[in-house]
Amino acid sequence: MVLKIFFPQCCNTADSGLLVGHWIPGHNSAVVLAVIHYPFIPGQVKKYLSELQSQTQVDLTVLGSWSMPKEGKEGMDSFLKDLSTIFPQKCWLQLSREIGKRGFICQVVQNNGKLLQDREQKNGDESSEGDKIILIHYDQRKVMLSQLHPVQDVSQKSDIEPSELRLVFQTVAQSQPLFFLDKYDDGPLKLTHWQSEGREASIIAELLKQASVPVCIFLTWLLSLWHWFCSFRILHLHPVLFISSKLSTCVQSGYRAVHFKTVFSPKKAATHMEFMRKANIFVSFLLDIALGLLLISWLYRENRISKLADTLVPVADRVAKELQELLEWLMGAPAGLKMNRALDQVLGRFFLYHIHLWSSYIHLMSPFIERILWYVGLSACLGLTFALSVLSDIVALLTFHIYCFYVYGARLYCLKIYGLSSLWRLFRGKKWNVLRQRVDSCSYDLDQLFIGTLLFTILLFLLPTTALYYLVFTLLRLVVVLFQGVIHLSVDFINSFHLFAIGLRICRPYRLAEGVKFKVLCQEPGTPLHLMMEINPLKCSSVLQCYRTPTYSCYPKDSWAALCKKLFVGELIYPWKQKTDKTD
Amino acid sequence: MAEEEFTDINGNSISLDCQTRSAFCREFTVTSPKLSLRKVMVYTCFVWLFAYAVFFFTEVDHETLLIIGSLGVQLSSSCASGRESTIFIEMNKLKDIVINEAVYMHGIIYYLCILIKDPADPETVTSVVPLFQSSKPRLNCLVQVYRSCQEILAQSR
Repeated sequence: MVLKIFFPQCCNTADSGLLVGHWIPGHNSAVVLAVIHYPFIPGQVKKYLSELQSQTQVDLTVLGSWSMPKEGKEGMDSFLKDLSTIFPQKCWLQLSREIGKRGFICQVVQNNGKLLQDREQKNGDESSEGDKIILIHYDQRKVMLSQLHPVQDVSQKSDIEPSELRLVFQTVAQSQPLFFLDKYDDGPLKLTHWQSEGREASIIAELLKQASVPVCIFLTWLLSLWHWFCSFRILHLHPVLFISSKLSTCVQSGYRAVHFKTVFSPKKAATHMEFMRKANIFVSFLLDIALGLLLISWLYRENRISKLADTLVPVADRVAKELQELLEWLMGAPAGLKMNRALDQVLGRFFLYHIHLWSSYIHLMSPFIERILWYVGLSACLGLTFALSVLSDIVALLTFHIYCFYVYGARLYCLKIYGLSSLWRLFRGKKWNVLRQRVDSCSYDLDQLFIGTLLFTILLFLLPTTALYYLVFTLLRLVVVLFQGVIHLSVDFINSFHLFAIGLRICRPYRLAEGVKFKVLCQEPGTPLHLMMEINPLKCSSVLQCYRTPTYSCYPKDSWAALCKKLFVGELIYPWKQKTDKTD
Repeated sequence: MAEEEFTDINGNSISLDCQTRSAFCREFTVTSPKLSLRKVMVYTCFVWLFAYAVFFFTEVDHETLLIIGSLGVQLSSSCASGRESTIFIEMNKLKDIVINEAVYMHGIIYYLCILIKDPADPETVTSVVPLFQSSKPRLNCLVQVYRSCQEILAQSR
């Protein structure tokens, strides 16, 4: 069997001492975590290791000795051999370097005294003596901070035996308390590891960490206030509930409240996925606010709000005028088709009156439009998604008359189609059996047949007129729905885009690891195989797939075929369905 | 004689050359170059450079298989532009390295592949990873690689 030793790069030039680390069970490999230098008292070393073992849940032991000869110092070898009696081990590793050589010399002494040494065989075929040793160099800091994907929870009990590399990563990550002693500490032990030059910290990060806990508590309290406010009985009345489920602003604000609850909970994130989720939500929220503030600064400069308000009323008037012209065209001979004059006039006048009501309402509102717009524009400071939701709601309110026309036209058309289909069955002598849900033959009386046929004829000849009105208003409604759909899609994109994960992948690629890469280092005779282990970062497409925030994305409720069928029959269509739960 | 700037009805430039041969004989030549050699050469150069750049950035130059006994197998492929993509397969996931035959287009080829197993279920092959997909060497090359790999795999079993 091959013995694998994972050696940290930071200890390549460390002074002589003891190797401290962890034997990986079942895989015949050892991870070296730090080097304890001379002078030391073995009792203190054992005490320190048992303390750390209880802190880190990692079985830390003394693996062996490390000898780095310096000019003028010598005679360590015999001292090192005696140490193996003080720290009894199954296997005692003796790693040493020689001046002028790049490779390490490795000797393994098993506790029955047999020496395993990696040396070149004179006769190349026999490899029975001398089990091979592989020395794998790794960057301790990167391995400690990185997370292997696919992510497996440490606490999660799974049937899958973690692989050797995963165990190595887990060991280094869990041994974080070991790396807290640096060379400026006055303790009895002197260690070398990646942080022995001094703990890595920045004042800003520490201040933020200290400040974050009270801020989180305060924000959680604010959120609980908001929830209490939302739980008022009056807000749970059916009409209010119905309207608030239709207005996208309310949906978006509810969604953001859920987000905040996740982000601002004072509990620290336990697993990697939770941490990434929190960070993603926080960063996307910051991005949202930044874009919103940008929008505000653009909107409120040079008095754009009043310009917008000034153009809004003429635009609404223009839309009303266009609709009027459209209706008058329909009341004439649209596209050369001949309409039924009486029905045409009735429907046209009905819709024209609606438009008249609508434009007078707009004119009534016009003095207040600028003020309203000014305050509504301020809502963009809550985020660009809010501004877009408000825009979508404004569009919905302004085109409410188109929606009404569509509903009238659709209902009329729907009734007509049902009447026609039922009378057509009568015309052929059949009837719809409600009990059996099928068409049965039926014998009608003569007067029933007579009236039925009359009505059928009337409805049939009035069909083109109704159908044309229905077609026109459905098209208008679809245009508005499309526009709202585009706005919702962009809101959704801003909500769910995980900037933090992408940023992490670009700036610190070693933190999201897909696997490892090995490179063969120098090969000198008499030294074991040296490999350099580097982290292979996750591919960008995997990052996108892995860290997608679940959202309430709106997607088409019906397939194209079902949609066309509904349009043909005249059923009211609500093409976008919003998921109310957060599962993907 | 004198040459002035003229254009044809589409706006392309033409040149008029008037030559007086004698008192009663004159010759006019109108030149309208349809093809300019310089333009053709420039376009051809662009197309070639573009094709070269495409190949530079996408075509795989080297493919490497690094097998480390009892640790695993590393496959890496690198392009001329230096872009590398690496996969490491651990030894406990590796069932075997074999040479497979496949029907490819109108012929039969041999390819070397790694059989991957799930450590929990060592008997089933969960996936097959073909090696040297861009270089597609022939059987004699594959056999050499296969024999070497089997020596190392035999040691680590």
